[in-house]
Amino acid sequence: MKKELGIAILLLVVCIVLSICNPRFLTPFNLRNTGGLIGMYGIISIGMGLVIITRGIDLSVGSVFALEGVLLAIMLQEWHFVWPLACAIAIGLAMAIGWFHALLITRARLQPFIVTLCGFLIYRGLAMYIAHDESKGFGSQGYNFLRWVANKTAWGFPIPFVVLIIVAVATAVLLHKSVFGRHLYAVGHNEEAAIYSGINSKRIITLAYVINGLLVGIAAIIFAFQMNTVAPANHGLAFEMYAIAAAVLGGCSLWGGEGSILGIVIGAALLQVLQNLVNLLRIPTSLNLSVMGAVILAGVLADQFFSQRKRRIRAAVVEVQPGTTTTVNRA
Amino acid sequence: MASPFLEVRGVTKRFPGVLALDSVSLQVSQGEVLGLIGENGAGKSTLMKILGGIHQPDAGMILIEGRPTSIADVAQSNALGLGLIHQELNVLGNLDVGANIFLGREPLWGGPLKLIDRKKIRRDAEPFMHKLGLKISPAAPMRNLSLAQQQMVEIAKALSQNARLLIMDEPTSSLTLTETQRLLETIGELKRQGVGIIYISHRLGEVQLCADRVEVLRDGRNAGALMREEISHDRMIRLMVGRDLKSMYVAGAGAAGRGGLEVRGLVTRANPLQRISFTAHRGQILGLAGLVGAGRSEMAQAVFGVEPPLAGEILLDDAPLNIASPRDAIAAGIFLVPEDRRQTGLLVEMNIRENITLPGLEAATRWGMIQRKRERAIARRQADSLQLRAPNLEVKARNLSGGNQQKVVVAKWLALRPQVLIVDEPTRGIDVGAKAEVYRLLRGLADSGVAIIMISSDMEEVLAVSDRIAVMHEGAISGLLSRPQFSEEAVMRLAVGKTAA
Repeated sequence: MKKELGIAILLLVVCIVLSICNPRFLTPFNLRNTGGLIGMYGIISIGMGLVIITRGIDLSVGSVFALEGVLLAIMLQEWHFVWPLACAIAIGLAMAIGWFHALLITRARLQPFIVTLCGFLIYRGLAMYIAHDESKGFGSQGYNFLRWVANKTAWGFPIPFVVLIIVAVATAVLLHKSVFGRHLYAVGHNEEAAIYSGINSKRIITLAYVINGLLVGIAAIIFAFQMNTVAPANHGLAFEMYAIAAAVLGGCSLWGGEGSILGIVIGAALLQVLQNLVNLLRIPTSLNLSVMGAVILAGVLADQFFSQRKRRIRAAVVEVQPGTTTTVNRA
Repeated sequence: MASPFLEVRGVTKRFPGVLALDSVSLQVSQGEVLGLIGENGAGKSTLMKILGGIHQPDAGMILIEGRPTSIADVAQSNALGLGLIHQELNVLGNLDVGANIFLGREPLWGGPLKLIDRKKIRRDAEPFMHKLGLKISPAAPMRNLSLAQQQMVEIAKALSQNARLLIMDEPTSSLTLTETQRLLETIGELKRQGVGIIYISHRLGEVQLCADRVEVLRDGRNAGALMREEISHDRMIRLMVGRDLKSMYVAGAGAAGRGGLEVRGLVTRANPLQRISFTAHRGQILGLAGLVGAGRSEMAQAVFGVEPPLAGEILLDDAPLNIASPRDAIAAGIFLVPEDRRQTGLLVEMNIRENITLPGLEAATRWGMIQRKRERAIARRQADSLQLRAPNLEVKARNLSGGNQQKVVVAKWLALRPQVLIVDEPTRGIDVGAKAEVYRLLRGLADSGVAIIMISSDMEEVLAVSDRIAVMHEGAISGLLSRPQFSEEAVMRLAVGKTAA
């Protein structure tokens, strides 16, 4: 709970500061907008978190967004598929890509960084080729459900945000309360030891990447309709970076075995609020990325500092009962 | 009487919550071997780390050749002539042997270019490796070496630093008979050259063989010293434990029950030219002896499904099994307590409760969700039955002593009702008190009908605990001994490949 508390406080502080500096932050319009973005980014951050817990990474998220966006536009506008079918195919494609990555990682024993880096390159290239490097749009008619999901609200909350909450609750239960979750953490900490305990590490890792694919697929549809166009060259560009940043801010360690859904969601929220901050405080938009990078760095450093300090304080408070064999770290 | 090379006077060291050393004193002269013994947690490692420059004492003095010194860091420790050989090896797997030996002291050539002189490294490394009987090239990659060979390289490294006092922490824990013998001979040679040695070990037999004096630590304090003539197994144990420990080896019924694990014509990937066949009967402890590299761990891994065998059959109670992964072995009730508990036996970043329940987590779930209460109950039951010493179950495995870590590994399997339990070096790096508990546990399991296979390089342990002994040599079983045939010579003869006369 401690890690999440720190970043939650940071988020709160940033929101308060922002509200004071520019009350427009609190207008329903702005909150809805930001909320919708938090929803979409949050979903891919959760997927990324799962993968990072297995000691992996997925650098291909943005490129899958581009590929999926292009295919979605073609399926809906040119081939006139009904939207449930188009969505199913799109999400299925993202899951298949996840499965394929996992295959290379678990069977061919390639490093996730390399596999997904190649994905980053390959899928965007494919997207640009398929679209003949033109922008694809969804027009202004049709697929109202999808447009509604991407842009409208329910009970005042932007639907993407609602979807994020549903996804977050579901994955939180999966991760923190199910056997799969325990096995996932075990594989992330030490895959060999997990195997020696009878865990099918290949299956666990594959599931993590496929679930990530599912979440990427869903988020890609939302994003496509938030933008209403897909420019394959930069649609979704660098989104994996936001996802990784959110996951790391939220407590995931790139060494694997650590992370919580709550932290990831707060991390994603913080990143979007920071974007908002840059806009509302009239900081030149060119510094957008720098501001985010600086805050992420500060956040991670602060976390390191506090966790080391806490470890020292906690250790000093521990008392030793006389007569027991010492069990303090000696091995 | 010459003044000692090293004198430790009243050294105290405090860690958060623990008084690790309480006014400890000892001295070592050049050309003398001081055996330093004590249970886990007695303070031996802490003292060693202070001498190695890793920790600073809170009180007390360290004198080298009569001069008070402070050892600020590892480099200074080495410069003062102290060489430390850790129990947990500090080797760099991605470099070769020579690079490891000369790490930080690489001979250079090329003037300002400062290029590493690999040829010189190879030349200089040779004599030290030869002295230790290491028949490998200095260019061999470290990670290809066995644990035992890596340990030898560590020792070579210290020797190459012209240490005048070597401090060895459990140096033979990964070595077996021949290599241990060679090490003890090397120690004798070093003594003759005037090098002092602090020999820290749980293997009291070895301490008895090589030590000139013995210093005992208990709970961070000096608990007694023994001169050469006084050194005996019983006296050492009494001082370590503070009481008379009845023989730690428990004689058992040892009668073969019905059924058990039968291995027929097993071919492992490591030794594809050999076929292994043996039976481990229920109710018995089958000791598996042999030299390092004989293929025992590989055979265990084959039976457990980590490295599925190339050929052969595995039968449990006469029913053939198909074991393609550890999951299959576990489903059949065959469990492995591996050699390297920190790497494969436990998840050190997870706590006791999570480790104990990991393989059988389904038992604590309802509709796929883990029930904390049930999980805690399962873990508590196992921890209590093994007398696990820890403040609570949420302690990370990383923070437990070796003996307690081993208990967690065993507890993990006990919760699942073992049919066959394979233990690989079950008491390595564990103190006398905990060892006795492990033997009692194994005997109890055997008596209750479990077939136990105990892989061990500790001759004393193998001879005392096993009901039968199978000896392996270069990937095959060279012989089987029953109780009346037990003797060190018999085991050794089979271990080096001479079939029983």
